[in-house]
Amino acid sequence: MNLRRDVFQAIADPTRRAILLLVASQAMTAGAIASNFDTARPTVSKHLQILTECELLEQKQNGREIYYHINATNMKEVADFIEPFRKMWDDRFNKLESIMKKHKSKK
Amino acid sequence: MEQKTKIHAEDGKQEVVITREFELPLELLFKAFSEPGIIEEWMGTKVLKHEGQKHGSYQLETTDPKGNKYKFNGTIHEFTPNHKIIRTFEFENMPFGVQLEILKFEKLTDDSSKLHMHVLYESNAQRDQVLKMGMAPGINMAHNRLQEVVSKLK
Repeated sequence: MNLRRDVFQAIADPTRRAILLLVASQAMTAGAIASNFDTARPTVSKHLQILTECELLEQKQNGREIYYHINATNMKEVADFIEPFRKMWDDRFNKLESIMKKHKSKK
Repeated sequence: MEQKTKIHAEDGKQEVVITREFELPLELLFKAFSEPGIIEEWMGTKVLKHEGQKHGSYQLETTDPKGNKYKFNGTIHEFTPNHKIIRTFEFENMPFGVQLEILKFEKLTDDSSKLHMHVLYESNAQRDQVLKMGMAPGINMAHNRLQEVVSKLK
């Protein structure tokens, strides 16, 4: 499914993950989000656009300001997210195992 | 390669259980969690401080390819060689709170061992947030590996 793939691509970028983390704690304006990064404002805007297109973020008008919210309904069910989480641990532990096997053979 | 790592995360709970069997003697498995140089190798992070003892603490720092630095820290409550580690984990400056990690090391045979890692978050919402971000404690910014995972999904 395309949306799913896009979501993973969206969260593969460290800046976009950091943005999601920021907004997860509270809804923020684009300016407030950008002030947390050294990156140029247009770059942050681009990230916000991608996250909004992937429906991970949604915009809500509040007075004259537009706030970015985490789109909870479009964050998949936990089960769908276990697999990347599990794979990361698996990769990490595979690395541990191969490193320690070398240690073993050295002795 | 066969995937040997298992994750158990029940709906509505605020914990995750990660288990893994290793083709390593128990002592070598534990060593990977106690020697800073080895921790650095497999976690892909810099170990600024690591006191493997009760009342001890640790600090990790990861730098992404763009040069951004991410810090992690925790306090060690129990450190029983080849048996058990109880520690906290915090991703600094991130809204993830502090998690409690209980690691149990078990001998299976002379050449194999098992790790049982029980991670408790402050709330169910916080746990789900960590899972949904596809982020594992400490590895959070090892996005090269995440990208590998992503490319396999394509």
